[in-house]
Amino acid sequence: MSALADDRALTLADRTHLLRLYTLMLRIRVVEERIAELYAEQEMRCPVHLSIGQEAVEAAACAALEPRDFVMSGHRSHGHYLAKGGSLKAMMAEIYGRATGCAGGKGGSMHLVDLSVGFLGATPIVGATIPIAVGSAFASAMYGDDSVTMIFLGDGATETGVFHESINFAVLKRLPVVFVCENNLYSVYSPLEVRQPPRSIAGLAAGHGISVASGDGNDVEAAYGLTRMAVDRARAGEGPSFLEFATYRWLEHCGPNYDNDIGYRTEAEFLAWRAGDPLARLEQRLLDLGAATSRDLEAARASQLAEMNAAVDFAKASPFPDAVMMAANIYAERGGQT
Amino acid sequence: MNENTARILSFAEALREAQDICLARNPAVYLMGLGVPDPKGVFGSTLGLAARHGAERVLDMPLSENAMTGVGIGAAIRGLRPVITHQRVDFAVTAMEQMVNQAAKWHYMFGGAMKVPMTIRMVIGRGWGQGPQHSQSLQAWFAHIPGLKVVMPTTARDAKGLLIAAIEDDNPVVCLEHRWLYGIRDAVPEGHYSVPLGKARVMRQGSDVTIVATSYMALEALHAADVLAEEGIVAEVIDLRSLKPLDDATILASVRKTGRLVAADTGWKSFGIGAEVVALAVEQAFEALKAAPSRVSLPDVPSPTSPALAAHYYPRAVHIAAAVRAQFGRTTDRATLAPPRGVHLDVPDPSFTGPF
Repeated sequence: MSALADDRALTLADRTHLLRLYTLMLRIRVVEERIAELYAEQEMRCPVHLSIGQEAVEAAACAALEPRDFVMSGHRSHGHYLAKGGSLKAMMAEIYGRATGCAGGKGGSMHLVDLSVGFLGATPIVGATIPIAVGSAFASAMYGDDSVTMIFLGDGATETGVFHESINFAVLKRLPVVFVCENNLYSVYSPLEVRQPPRSIAGLAAGHGISVASGDGNDVEAAYGLTRMAVDRARAGEGPSFLEFATYRWLEHCGPNYDNDIGYRTEAEFLAWRAGDPLARLEQRLLDLGAATSRDLEAARASQLAEMNAAVDFAKASPFPDAVMMAANIYAERGGQT
Repeated sequence: MNENTARILSFAEALREAQDICLARNPAVYLMGLGVPDPKGVFGSTLGLAARHGAERVLDMPLSENAMTGVGIGAAIRGLRPVITHQRVDFAVTAMEQMVNQAAKWHYMFGGAMKVPMTIRMVIGRGWGQGPQHSQSLQAWFAHIPGLKVVMPTTARDAKGLLIAAIEDDNPVVCLEHRWLYGIRDAVPEGHYSVPLGKARVMRQGSDVTIVATSYMALEALHAADVLAEEGIVAEVIDLRSLKPLDDATILASVRKTGRLVAADTGWKSFGIGAEVVALAVEQAFEALKAAPSRVSLPDVPSPTSPALAAHYYPRAVHIAAAVRAQFGRTTDRATLAPPRGVHLDVPDPSFTGPF
């Protein structure tokens, strides 16, 4: 980034922090947009659930974690995977079904993994990774290693039984787990009001005795503040937290297109949320603070796009898994016993 | 393993000893289940373990089987080795999502990146009016799922050895334990040993018919073999012990030798373990068969509660013997198949006391 003309109001640490948040958000946006553009080539032959519009929570929450912390997620996991530092090449190769994919082509977009950065896995049965993340936190407590596990979930997941079972246990055992709920108001095409009565989701969680907070999911700095507090609490042994963030997905539930014209939500509603684009908000803030110039932002976007295109090239050039791999890894080979 | 050091333990005590040994040998092992540390200790199978190994490793749990199974998965992928116990198979049904969608597939769907070394013990209820929701025997469900392993020990010796093997296996292993086997006593070697998963055991050798059985039905099969021997039919009784992996080789070798097969299982007939065993024999040993294989299983009916109904529900040695006779063209007097008068069939038969 170029030298700043006037940054007296902004410390170096602040600037670094904002730029880091920006980079994480931008990366998600560029990657997801490019996936949406390329999807029509019909070479990404698995369902994709894109995070465009929800980048702020995903970037902020992961930014609050250390490399040794863990993240788990659901079907809409690209943003969490990338923000935790997951390999973009491995992710794209996985979506393209290649042997070089992060799951060897076995899982696709809905089953991402990158153990090198603590991304323990994402699976698409809504709510299913919530208890598994609590199990990771249970292990952290057993090991006494003060690592934290963060689990991302949507508003729909808060309707599952396993969600409540998991929070109950996390509170009971005072586990180092942070539940991050991205409430984007829809479960596929079903709006929140046909699924839950008009009361707060954070309030629902609070009934379990868990520490809760809620906030604007499109204010990346505020989201960072809340998640950082929750992560620090968990690390200090003070137990789990539940955070609810209001946000909105721009594209359809699954796929690369807009679907604001099919009748379950309105173009007007979408445009109102789009006007609050968290990425644009942060870009404006960076410019206003003098933390970056327009050229800096363009260069950042170009850099992310170049990396994304390289990742797509890598994926397309990678081999498919051999047929023999279809029946491989059903069982772990015997080992690791006492 | 020195046979001279074997002493007599009950099936429950053998399970307890297995867990005690595993907890001592590997700090990653922990137990969790409803009532695991309570004064009854899961029919005695976990008694005293919390005192010996600490409440942090021998845990009670909330009534949340599905989430606690997920917690087990999460712990396992982080390097712990959970042993989860359900006091009835029926309770585990609430955990099917985590068992089937997650645990069974976790190693595969992430390309082998992680393993789930988790053991799930389940008790098959029976007797005293357990009824439809406290006596299901769902091994066919679990064995059907790629990624799960399934064992069903019959003897106390195998209970200890298979449970140790299950805990030491790096995959999710379901261990189904029949309630009426808990009191069976058997010579059980001291110390650490394991019975390999995927290996059946020939309990009794014979040349006229192969009876492949699971769990409690293996004991009924031995009784049937006694009766048949008096009629000049020498039965080979195979205790499967392991359903997944299945010991194809032992089953087929026996069928090729005897030419006749009866499969006796504790589950329902349709789409059950017997169906798999018969299919195996027909597909791979057809030319050796002298008669159509048959199955002895529960009727396709939920378990009734009243002892008057349960008496007609559970197959016994007489039914296995009748199935064998039919393959020799011999009839069985139907009167001998009726529930014997004056005998309570809703409690374990006291003649089944081992050792085996």
